[in-house]
Amino acid sequence: MSVDIAFIGDTLVQLLHALPITLLLFAASVAVGTLLALLVVWLRVCDVAALRHLARGYIFLFRGSPLLIQMFLLYYGLSQFPEVRQSPFWPVLREPLSCAVIALALCTAGYMAEIFRGGLLAVPPQQIEAGRAAGMSGWLLARRIIIPIALRSCLPAYSTEIILMMKATSLASLVTVYEVSGVAQRIIAETYRTLEVFLCAALIYLVLNFLIVRALAWLERRLSPRHPVLACPTTKKYALSVPRG
Amino acid sequence: MTTGNDPVLQVKHIRKSFGNLEVLKGISLEAHEGDVVSILGASGSGKSTFLRCINLLEVPDAGEIRVAGEQVAFKRGRHHLQVPADRRQVDRMRPELGMVFQSFGLWSHMTVLQNVIEGPLHVQKRPRAECIDEAEALLEKVGMADKRNHYPAFLSGGQQQRVAIARTLAMRPRVILFDEPTSALDPELVGEVLKVMRSLAEEGRTMLVVTHEMGFARNVSNRVVFMHQGVIEAQGTPQEMFNEQHSERFSRFILSHA
Repeated sequence: MSVDIAFIGDTLVQLLHALPITLLLFAASVAVGTLLALLVVWLRVCDVAALRHLARGYIFLFRGSPLLIQMFLLYYGLSQFPEVRQSPFWPVLREPLSCAVIALALCTAGYMAEIFRGGLLAVPPQQIEAGRAAGMSGWLLARRIIIPIALRSCLPAYSTEIILMMKATSLASLVTVYEVSGVAQRIIAETYRTLEVFLCAALIYLVLNFLIVRALAWLERRLSPRHPVLACPTTKKYALSVPRG
Repeated sequence: MTTGNDPVLQVKHIRKSFGNLEVLKGISLEAHEGDVVSILGASGSGKSTFLRCINLLEVPDAGEIRVAGEQVAFKRGRHHLQVPADRRQVDRMRPELGMVFQSFGLWSHMTVLQNVIEGPLHVQKRPRAECIDEAEALLEKVGMADKRNHYPAFLSGGQQQRVAIARTLAMRPRVILFDEPTSALDPELVGEVLKVMRSLAEEGRTMLVVTHEMGFARNVSNRVVFMHQGVIEAQGTPQEMFNEQHSERFSRFILSHA
């Protein structure tokens, strides 16, 4: 089989036209999902038992069932109820794009809430007590001490989650959103050239995720305490590596 | 408000249980301006819990706490447990009772200088320039001025504890509570922290020190309190306590720590 450069170039151009939709799906669902996750984790660790159980139920529901089924239920399932079709939310729920964003955001919020909770649990209690002893409480304590420390420790898990989200945007093609994967499938339906088209699509996702990984690694480095004299602590950097030989 | 001879800290009949275990069985203590009180006792005698009850990191089940004449207000909460009635009063009074912890508790995401100015700047809302000037003077005093831009992770235990002391002083506390400040340190680092504490005592600071350092209790403090199983078993000046064989238990305790 010879490589058809012209076809691949043409495919890439077509796929790149769908890139804004993929990026919109990704950015909107990560942003909404993160805000929702903050709310869920706040409920999850609050003092009221009923709210804690509510948050736990939410996490169980959206982590425990397939994202694809959640998306189908939201897009195809809800429209069967006349009440939904007559509700003020219908203009939003009618659109495949907004349904995909909502489904992605609801699902990722369940995962992110657990990631954030892990970050909160990783805050050393001594540092919280030191804050209390200095007269901090409530929002001040959260803003100055707990959140910055928690954020740092949950960043690696959070970046994994948003990489998964970037790839999960491809599911939106199954509720008729023409993002990169959707367009790829349309090209395949027209040309029957599965291999080249999907390879092109995979390449685009790889490049996008490469950029995300680099950006988050930069953020992680920026948020980590550094030695003011030695810019890179040579031993600590490799503290987790396994000695060989 | 305090007049000449009123104690700056007055604690009466503090009780505290964890489940069925009664850790504090009614402890009372007073400290006047400039007092340095060493609290000694075996592990499990309740001395750390007592210190933590004073600034309400643990809420005592019963008892009174009075700082510079102002009494902490309590109310009955859930399960009939006592809880502070007014969070703002607690937040206001805690910095008056500066706390130095066994495990330092420096904020890991802040540099040394940021750790020291955090409280004055964000809790007491003092002007930034003033906070920085005062923080630099305090870091100078504890010998940590050259490390002002370091993060805690890059400091030794002794250095971290000295920064923690500077952080506590920056809040201008009336009383400083030390909760085993040298117990987590390597032996060769204990001296540098004790030296700082001794200089604070010489400045006339009011200090309550839970410690295992017999030398500090004997030579620096002006009062020694010995706790045993949740009660104060004996107390007095270091001369009385160490020379006159106050209590049989205390004598045995000293022998085991010699």
